[in-house]
Amino acid sequence: MTTVRPEPTFLGMPPFPEAARTALANSQLRTNMRNATHTIRAKRAEVVEEVPDWEKLRLAGAAIKDEVLAHLPRYLEQLEESVTAAGGTVHWARDAAEANAIVVDIARGHATDEVVKIKSMTTQEIGLNNALAAAGIHAWETDLAELIVQLGHDLPSHILVPAIHRNRGEIRDIFRSEMGHAGRPAPDDLSDRPTDLAEAARRHLREKFLRAKVAVSGANFAVADTGTVCVVESEGNGRMCLTLPDVLVTVMGIEKLLPTWRDMEVFLQLLPRSSTGERMNPYTSMWTGVTEDDGPRVFHLILLDNGRSDVLADPEGRQALRCIRCSACLNVCPVYERVGGHAYGSVYPGPIGAILTPQLRGINQHEVDEQTASLPYASTLCGACFEVCPVRIDIPAILTRQRAQLVDLGRGPARRGEKAAMKAAEWALAEPWRLGLAQHAASFSRHFVGRKGRIGKVPRLLAGPFAGWTASRDTPAAPSESFRSWFKRTDGGLSEGDPAAAGPPEGLLEER
Amino acid sequence: MTAHTGSEQAQPDDPYPSHTALQHVDLTDPPGLPRTDLAHPGLPHTYPGLPSEAKAEILARIRTSLSGDARPPRVEVDRTYRRTRDEGTDLVGLFAERAADYRAHVVRANSRSMVDTAVGLLREAGVGRLVVPPGKRLAWLAATGAELVYDDPPLTIDQLEVEAGVVTGCALAIAETGTIVLDAGPDQGRRVLSLLPDYHLCVVRADQVVGTVPEAIARLDPHRPQTWISGPSATSDIELSRVEGVHGPRTLHVLLLA
Repeated sequence: MTTVRPEPTFLGMPPFPEAARTALANSQLRTNMRNATHTIRAKRAEVVEEVPDWEKLRLAGAAIKDEVLAHLPRYLEQLEESVTAAGGTVHWARDAAEANAIVVDIARGHATDEVVKIKSMTTQEIGLNNALAAAGIHAWETDLAELIVQLGHDLPSHILVPAIHRNRGEIRDIFRSEMGHAGRPAPDDLSDRPTDLAEAARRHLREKFLRAKVAVSGANFAVADTGTVCVVESEGNGRMCLTLPDVLVTVMGIEKLLPTWRDMEVFLQLLPRSSTGERMNPYTSMWTGVTEDDGPRVFHLILLDNGRSDVLADPEGRQALRCIRCSACLNVCPVYERVGGHAYGSVYPGPIGAILTPQLRGINQHEVDEQTASLPYASTLCGACFEVCPVRIDIPAILTRQRAQLVDLGRGPARRGEKAAMKAAEWALAEPWRLGLAQHAASFSRHFVGRKGRIGKVPRLLAGPFAGWTASRDTPAAPSESFRSWFKRTDGGLSEGDPAAAGPPEGLLEER
Repeated sequence: MTAHTGSEQAQPDDPYPSHTALQHVDLTDPPGLPRTDLAHPGLPHTYPGLPSEAKAEILARIRTSLSGDARPPRVEVDRTYRRTRDEGTDLVGLFAERAADYRAHVVRANSRSMVDTAVGLLREAGVGRLVVPPGKRLAWLAATGAELVYDDPPLTIDQLEVEAGVVTGCALAIAETGTIVLDAGPDQGRRVLSLLPDYHLCVVRADQVVGTVPEAIARLDPHRPQTWISGPSATSDIELSRVEGVHGPRTLHVLLLA
């Protein structure tokens, strides 16, 4: 049995704030991310602008996906029937290990020690490559970015362009040093021009496409009534993998269904414009089961649960399953732009990752670990993601909901301090006299704190969880009397002569 | 966990015809081999379980998730989105424009000029020999002087690998997106034909051009394998700058017959 080197995983990544701090310090990454996200944002905006009924398409997309989720058992069984009738074999996998075992089994059954892969986040989610490696089977990534990540023994940082954190110089270096170990080496004088890098990848992968017996893919969509499976791509490696090998194995999350063939008319408009900012991507392949003398002789479709049925349980959170993996939300997110994908510590990064990963890890059912608990806070709640989501997933609403879930579970980030502050506020606001007391205390404090009208940085000892806030922001000092006091004392400003001249006390209404 | 052959599990009508014996694979990790961040902690199954078991459990879990207070509301899908381009749009012109946007070289011709136009395209591409699907509609290309290699009997992968060019027709073309759709019809052939050679000449008739994606979906047969092509292959994976030609034909010429 050949020894195949396992690939890195996201296990053991630190919580988001820590990971983000590290990422922010990496100026090369920040430059790459900024260029990349700004470019693709512009492209997307331009092609969406062209479509006068874009909002209607979004609404239809969201509704179709909600329909699928609402009747998922029926559609899954219908899909199984139609794929089987067309000569394919359907498998059901409760979790990652089960799905991996099925793929390993199929590969072994065809006596092969290698498979070619089309980019598939689902197979990353289940750690398929490592499961195959453990069985002595090479899983050759054929998508250019995945190839870069694989050869570089790295982790993907974006749903659509996983090597976005690498610039051309880094890619050239990786090709030069690693291609030879995996197959045909890169030319010695390989430049860093993207054209030459693409050419090197083309040559390196060609021999693998032509000799592989088994291919593994994901699926963008599967149509329940016809059994048609759809893969959307740009480079042609998909076409290679879906057409040349004898055996095709497709691993697909159970939420990736569409009810009817007609529904493709909506999604084939929403996806390309949202993901690569094109009217249509270069290649889309669709097939149903097995076709004699055209493409693979054997087709296996693996339907994967791995936590999706848990996500489905939450009426608000389940809309995350509408996701068609376009990555538009990543590209507009101000947080993602600055920290990149690795900081989220999961296969699914960015805004969608922040709401999907916790749910796949069971936040709707039980407590979660510290890293997972940090994800719903990896957001400014600006809402840009919701605006661009082609299926209208209300990401900010789910983020807020998950924060509430975490607080209820007792896993909010500033646990004790937050609880204490909330208790104090509850006490103070319960009775008018208590609020009055708190206001007098605040006014009195003006003698000691913020005498110049502003409070600057407060030491952690005094500020506790607010220390971080005060480190970069000034707070206005408390006024010498509260508005209620002034109002009462001056009878609404009337008894101090001309109200416009007198006005409320100094410091009460800030001039900016 | 010990591995054991699946002989006691084999069913008379084996749903896995490609397996001779179901091996129960031990995937509890050997020390040092991590699982992924999204794999659930090892459940007490042996893998793969009986197919009916996994299916039943998944469907049961889904049904539970959708029941009681969590029952989803009724969904209405509003299909009043645009289905066609505006009346009077020059669809053929729009197609030519949009296909060219994605680096397909589009040239128009009519029945009198088609041979000369084809000659020009082939000369430009430096191709003198074309793989041709087994239908009859493209036989006129013989008049260009190019050598035609019919896929009948079917060419092997090794034979295709040395061919410089292929010519196909199409099932239809979509004006709005500049897309050509192949669906393995008689003058399009097997999918591999238009995949391996580096040059693809596609003949599109004006009456095959539709305006929008919904119109295309309505006309296509989902049971036929389809390839939707919008320009030659490309990638934006390197610093997001678009590079033409990774796998698949790097040159796409479209002969638009009006």
